[in-house]
Amino acid sequence: MSYLVAKDLVGGYGDTTILHGCSLTADCGRISVIVGPNGAGKSTAMKAILGLVKVTAGSVVLGGKNLDGLSPQARVRRGMAIVPQVENVFPSLTVQENLEMGAYLRRDPINDTLEEIYELFPVLADMRLKTAGNLSGGQRQQLAVGRALMTKPTTVLLDEPTAGVAPIVIATLFDMIIRVAERNIAILMCEQNASQALAIADVGFVLVQGRNRHTGSGPELLANPEVRRSFLGG
Amino acid sequence: MEAVNALVLLGNYVIVPGLAYGSQLGLSALGVTLIYGVLRFSNFAHGDTMAFGAMIALLVTWLLQSMEISIAPLPTALLALPVAIAGTALLVLAFDYGVYRHFRRVKASPVVFVIASTGVMFVMQGLIRFIVGPNDRNLADGSRFIVRARDFKDAFGLNEGLAIKASQVLTLGITIVLVLWLFWFLHRTKTGKAMRAYADNEDLARLSGISPQTVVMLAWTLTAALATTAGVLYGLDKTFKPLIYFHLLLPTFAAAIVGGLGNPLGALAGGFIVAFSEIGITYAYKRFLVYILPESMEPAGLVQLLSTEYKFAVSFFILVVVLLVRPTGIFAGRSA
Repeated sequence: MSYLVAKDLVGGYGDTTILHGCSLTADCGRISVIVGPNGAGKSTAMKAILGLVKVTAGSVVLGGKNLDGLSPQARVRRGMAIVPQVENVFPSLTVQENLEMGAYLRRDPINDTLEEIYELFPVLADMRLKTAGNLSGGQRQQLAVGRALMTKPTTVLLDEPTAGVAPIVIATLFDMIIRVAERNIAILMCEQNASQALAIADVGFVLVQGRNRHTGSGPELLANPEVRRSFLGG
Repeated sequence: MEAVNALVLLGNYVIVPGLAYGSQLGLSALGVTLIYGVLRFSNFAHGDTMAFGAMIALLVTWLLQSMEISIAPLPTALLALPVAIAGTALLVLAFDYGVYRHFRRVKASPVVFVIASTGVMFVMQGLIRFIVGPNDRNLADGSRFIVRARDFKDAFGLNEGLAIKASQVLTLGITIVLVLWLFWFLHRTKTGKAMRAYADNEDLARLSGISPQTVVMLAWTLTAALATTAGVLYGLDKTFKPLIYFHLLLPTFAAAIVGGLGNPLGALAGGFIVAFSEIGITYAYKRFLVYILPESMEPAGLVQLLSTEYKFAVSFFILVVVLLVRPTGIFAGRSA
């Protein structure tokens, strides 16, 4: 069984149901990618896994432990971390302060983790005293991921990490995500740049209208003619 | 010698009072800006929070005086200040629990909070009138002057004297200490950084495990401390009169908005900008000009741009111009 298993999730905002029983998994050291058209419920599925969206049916199991009914903060304490799509840093805090706030819940010394993050993202080390609001789009995404890693999570959820980032930076960001996964962290991310994202995916999920349409390894999905025609533009 | 006389004159009537008044406004505006940053509304009850704090200080001062406890030459009110801060903090926390918490829960829009704070303001005003009445009270005791005008004149052989009141020096000293501590707290401690993080991005702060309840309570406590200190210092410098604190609301908001709402450094600078504008524009420059101009050019009138009764118009003017020209303030806070 996978480390993170979200099974038959049903839920949405208020009376609108967006997820109609979708299932997702993620494994340590692997990258799971959710793709699909706009409004397929990709972001909602991630938020449901973190507990930000009310779920009426289905369950989320992390490392064999059921998380149903827990608040997002409690799920963060159990090893989950999220990188929201927008507003994912504290703009008036410095880079270093952003990272420190990521580790807010930790009671142990955080210097080692800080150094690890700076090693992983050298650009952040150069900017540690700059305020986050002054970073470029790509640097800001790296900081957002760094912030999420400060809790030493086992699972990282990334909500469209390349949204609003210059095309030239996208490859760098995907490269960075691979490096994060190599630290034996389970990655679940949703992406608009479907073909690029599937290229680095160990597992890919194609969602349509809140349901699983296709599931397979990245190369499998990329090779599937129906997936290519419907979602990848031929 | 004429130039020195002119300078001393200006120092006595503009610079020294301006520094003291600016500090008081700065402290007051810091409280407004903290609440705006964390709770995202303009707290109209802030003036009366100052009045309430100063009132407790007054009551405790009376008590201490009756027990013949004094820290002369320092004013007894200074000894009462910690008690006043604690009492005011309890009151604003009670209002938060009874009023604002409800509106946070229903996610009310900022304008609802502003109206609610206006209600809180009236309740506070009533409470204060009920306890000490609307009259002028003397908060100050201890030694009044550090430098007397006459001594200054004699010592330097000048026509003009420079008087420095103990309350003015106290105001400046306490402001410097309090502001340094506040900035140290906000930038160097984990709790302070969490507070700034919460003000920056509430959702991400929650996801990081920062407790909104703790941050909100802390913001109210700090605001109570700043408002009470500002209120007591103003009361020592001028006089304690409940209505005066309500009137301070306008210059306080002018200061906070000039500096950029939500920006602590801006609030402090704004306090001095508003104070010096108010005093500088309502000061009669005739005697100053007599010293520096040749006799033939001696001004006939008072050379006063605006009569002192209109000093609030200065704050109002600053407020309107800033909101029209640069709504985020000179230090780019959030848009008012």
